[in-house]
Amino acid sequence: MFDLDRWREIFQSISKNKLRSALSGFTVAFAILLFTLLFGIGNGLQNTFKNEFAKDATNSIYIWTNRTTKAYKGNQIGRQIQFKNDDFTFLKEKFGDKLQTISPRVQRSEDVVYKDEKDRYTVRGVYPEYYILESAKVTEGRFLNYRDLNEKAKVVVIGRMVEKDLFGQLSAFGKQIKIGGIIYKVIGVFSDPGGDSDERYIYTPFTTMQRLYGNNDNIGDFGITYNPELSIDEAITFGVKMHRALKKKHNVSPNDQRGIGINNYASGNKNVSGMMFGLSILILVIGFGTLIAGIVGISNIMVYIVKERTKELGIRKAVGATPKSIVAMIMQESIFITALSGYAGLLFGVGILKVAGPSLEKFFILNPGVSQPVVIGATVILILAGVIAGYLPAKRAANIKPVVALNAD
Amino acid sequence: MIKIEKLHKSYPIGKDSLHVLKGIDLHIKEGEFVSIMGSSGSGKSTLLNIVGLLDVHDEGDYYLNGQLIKDMNEKKAALLRNKFLGFIFQSFNLISYKTALENVALPLYYKGMARKERLQVALDYLEKVGLKDWANHLPNELSGGQKQRVAIARALVTKPKVVLADEPTGALDSTTTDSVMDLLKDINNEGMTVFVITHEEEVAEQTKRIVRLKDGLIISDEYTKASKAI
Repeated sequence: MFDLDRWREIFQSISKNKLRSALSGFTVAFAILLFTLLFGIGNGLQNTFKNEFAKDATNSIYIWTNRTTKAYKGNQIGRQIQFKNDDFTFLKEKFGDKLQTISPRVQRSEDVVYKDEKDRYTVRGVYPEYYILESAKVTEGRFLNYRDLNEKAKVVVIGRMVEKDLFGQLSAFGKQIKIGGIIYKVIGVFSDPGGDSDERYIYTPFTTMQRLYGNNDNIGDFGITYNPELSIDEAITFGVKMHRALKKKHNVSPNDQRGIGINNYASGNKNVSGMMFGLSILILVIGFGTLIAGIVGISNIMVYIVKERTKELGIRKAVGATPKSIVAMIMQESIFITALSGYAGLLFGVGILKVAGPSLEKFFILNPGVSQPVVIGATVILILAGVIAGYLPAKRAANIKPVVALNAD
Repeated sequence: MIKIEKLHKSYPIGKDSLHVLKGIDLHIKEGEFVSIMGSSGSGKSTLLNIVGLLDVHDEGDYYLNGQLIKDMNEKKAALLRNKFLGFIFQSFNLISYKTALENVALPLYYKGMARKERLQVALDYLEKVGLKDWANHLPNELSGGQKQRVAIARALVTKPKVVLADEPTGALDSTTTDSVMDLLKDINNEGMTVFVITHEEEVAEQTKRIVRLKDGLIISDEYTKASKAI
């Protein structure tokens, strides 16, 4: 297939007709450049949204208690509601099939000491599944397990920032730290996509916490992730049902929004996924529009090029060029130009995104970028458009009688 | 070499059609030097285009080198042109972005000759028309006469059986006209059939046979003094 002579002809034609080649190359390069930029910026916006919600598991529901704001069934206003262990059992029994994980939580702020370093952190008593809620990742050691829970072991998993604050460059794994005067063993370190503040927590078994601080069966709040197979609407309904059931159990007025609070991420997800959908449609429309503009541009130029070359093609035919060789020559030239300039536009666009990317964060554009397949796909489409746009006039030019072509100006 | 019987050709003009050639009979043997004369509109260019396979005829028979030309597709026509015919045009028709040498070598490219070889052959032919030193010049750096000589070299480079020249001197002054005609005579003396279209008597007189066309018909066909001189 490789025909050096054909390539020589093409390179000569390109280099001797710079304006023409530059025009068509520029059209394609510019279209791909715009496509890359717009697509990249769109992706950046999407990334920002995703990032905002990736800090915790996206199927989280948090439930907490407060003072009531309405009198109900003989109970006065301002009664403090308190979850107990039986609420945990209640939720598990009643809604087990809709739950992915559930963890009760008690937390308190304590002074934490390692050697000479001392700082104040929030210590949370949780169940082993709790890391799912926070999307936390254990970077060293392990998270809590049920054995720790049953033994009410004095062990902790600490956040990355806690380790950094107290241990500096050293590893905290296996070391002992003093929390509120009690010695705990560090069995693991975690990182959390929620950022520094989420990495300043210390997790210890729920049972340990309940026993050491108060020795009661009080529960602060619940962290839940719902079954990911639920649709967003189902998840919202589920949250409402659970909320209602707990209110009933604790004799809180159904209209009281404060006595028992709930934050169901599914409601937020609904808005976000609507927004994301809108955004991806917008990106698609923009991308498509750019492509079409590029296709129209390259088509026009191909028609112009072939028209301009009609006489030359006539000469070539008079000296023995077959129609096929003429079509092939024009095609090969246009493919070469579009592919090369498309690639240049791609590199340029990616380069701009890379350079300008960090400074765009304040405009809610995070990590703007394009996936290679998308852009390569776009380039291929433009090349195909160039081929088709070039093929029709080339075919026509190749088939007009040489005498007509020769008389063309 | 060229045998034409009852050749007709019309061009559509709007709804009507213009009958340009109204039954031409012409027989040109190998090695002849023929000129076709006629005023503009007499159909001489149309005749040349048909003979040169640049256009197709409507009725009648045309034999080129004994082969009946019928139902030609562009590909076959291109191959025949490349093999048998060389063209010289009034407006030279050189490709503007190619040097003289590359222009001459172009028919050999379509013949499939290797680059090195075809450039060598092309250079030989440029030398033959006296333009070896101008091989690497672009057409717009050459004079009219030089351009036409490049075109002649291009027509000859494939060693065609027939050279077709459409008003080869139409754009040239008298001095260069003579040099071009001398070249055509040399070609003919080497045995090539030369077919010239012109409306200049001085040019026609230098050929060996003059065919006069008027309104699509041959009105006279005679041998010149030049032919008798040999």
